[in-house]
Amino acid sequence: MTASEKKQLAINACKVRMGIIEGTHAAKSGHPGGSMSAADLFTYLYFKELNVDPANPKMPERDRFVLSKGHTAPGLYAALALRGFFPWEDLKTLRHIDSYLQGHPNMDMVPGVDMSTGSLGQGISVAAGMALAARVQGNPCRVYTLLGDGEIEEGEVWEALMFAHHYKLDNLCVIIDNNGLQIDGPIDQVMSPYPIAEKLVAFGFETAEIDGHSFDHMEAAFAKARETKGRPFAIVMKTTKGKGVSFMEDQVGWHGKGPNDAEYEQAMAELNQKLAELEAM
Amino acid sequence: MSEVKKIATRESYGNALKELGAIHPEIVAFDADLADSTKTGMFRREFPDRHFNCGIAEANMMAVAAGAATMGLVPFASSFAMFASGRAYEQIRNSIGYPRLNVKICASHAGISVGEDGASHQCCEDFALMRSIPGMVVMCPADDVEARAMVKAAYAYNGPVYIRLGRSPVPVFEHRPDYSFTIGKGEVLVEGDDVAIIATGLMVYEAMEAAKLLAEQGVHARVINMATIKPLDEELVLKAARECGRIVTCEEHSIVGGLGEAVCTTIAEAGLACRLKRIGVNDVFGHSGPAAALLKEFGLSAEHITEVVLSL
Repeated sequence: MTASEKKQLAINACKVRMGIIEGTHAAKSGHPGGSMSAADLFTYLYFKELNVDPANPKMPERDRFVLSKGHTAPGLYAALALRGFFPWEDLKTLRHIDSYLQGHPNMDMVPGVDMSTGSLGQGISVAAGMALAARVQGNPCRVYTLLGDGEIEEGEVWEALMFAHHYKLDNLCVIIDNNGLQIDGPIDQVMSPYPIAEKLVAFGFETAEIDGHSFDHMEAAFAKARETKGRPFAIVMKTTKGKGVSFMEDQVGWHGKGPNDAEYEQAMAELNQKLAELEAM
Repeated sequence: MSEVKKIATRESYGNALKELGAIHPEIVAFDADLADSTKTGMFRREFPDRHFNCGIAEANMMAVAAGAATMGLVPFASSFAMFASGRAYEQIRNSIGYPRLNVKICASHAGISVGEDGASHQCCEDFALMRSIPGMVVMCPADDVEARAMVKAAYAYNGPVYIRLGRSPVPVFEHRPDYSFTIGKGEVLVEGDDVAIIATGLMVYEAMEAAKLLAEQGVHARVINMATIKPLDEELVLKAARECGRIVTCEEHSIVGGLGEAVCTTIAEAGLACRLKRIGVNDVFGHSGPAAALLKEFGLSAEHITEVVLSL
């Protein structure tokens, strides 16, 4: 990855974070914390990794992305809008009664959304089904799915991991956003899923542990995922919940509420300053 | 009584799926460690590369099937009714029903006629659960001929379908050369105007036997086979209510949330005056025993239907 590519990704990620703030502020609700922790990943996927075409969102050979942690739809929507799947201005209709941008992703309504999700634990199973189907059909696409670290407390996740390994789904890449917080508190206090990577290895996955805010780490991990044959790949990415806005970072209270007007102003000021710095680089 | 040929509807499903599989390469089958019982094993023997055992993990299986459907495959997912509709209810609701995906859930071993396995496996709630999902087609065949036609109709239909199948062999009675099956259409098997017996699944044969017993007493019962529970053939129900004025519903399912309630709602909302009685499992759990003995004990028999009709 060139320096200018990396710079552009950082600029896009900053804009995705702005989109998250715009959406959750306009909605007066939603989930900014986990959207912000995964903003760099959403950006990398839609601007570097995924073979997708905003002009042809149903292209049969496109790579699939299933947002298993569907509550972080504001992050996915911002990345899709920035990539050109639908107008950026529509982000401000998030969760509104007449909007197609539902609180959790709906595949029938939103261009670029490959699966309706929201109920935790199901997206990874769906992604495994897509990967299996792609093999049956001889479709060269790859399937990516993003889970929260709290989400993996769901038993179905482990059923899906077993399935993916059993059927040697090497076209499947499972990503876990380890921001360490869930609604009721730190994950290791609510119901510890640790050690995560060791469990994935025990389930037969080739695994990478990365910094979820490093594009270099993502590039290396996704390259390794593509090269891995005969078994599925998992990336455990360490992130900061609420990343990018000072008062949201690592605060469990920002899991599921929208910023008020004053908080919106401050968040946008911080992100605008960051954007100016990046563009000046 | 003359010998009647008997075939379990799960067997019919296996045969139909195998036939469909030979014509349609996009059909895949998923099972949860019960392939020999649900009869997807018959498909597996013919098409081993298109049959996927998911192990004892029904929740994952349903969502995997949903994922396969998004890719354009036509998945048939099978387990026992208890685990398909019960264990995996929310996967079916959120990952199949909500996105309206083209998954066919074919669930065997439904109802009290599971027999010796007892209450834990005797699912009498699947109509109620599946009916509650918007857009879900819910069906239950009465015999082998209808079951095979129903599975083929489910394939031809684009959208989520739930088909309830039985473990025990049931009489094959449909022999009309012009027989055809349409989703959402009930059929009048016996004409009559004194009472209408609206039945589904293995209770259809019992209803026809009851009609014979009633005829001996001068009561002319109309027998309606209601194979599609949802969408219900409301026109046929209302016609029966108007013309007969008395209705008895029969299902091998709880009286809560099944065919009986669907019929009651239809008639009540139409404002029709009609005497009505639901025959089904009376909001109780079953227990172990031979299927035939259990059906008799729970009142799921021609004799009991006859008694209920005469008391109405």
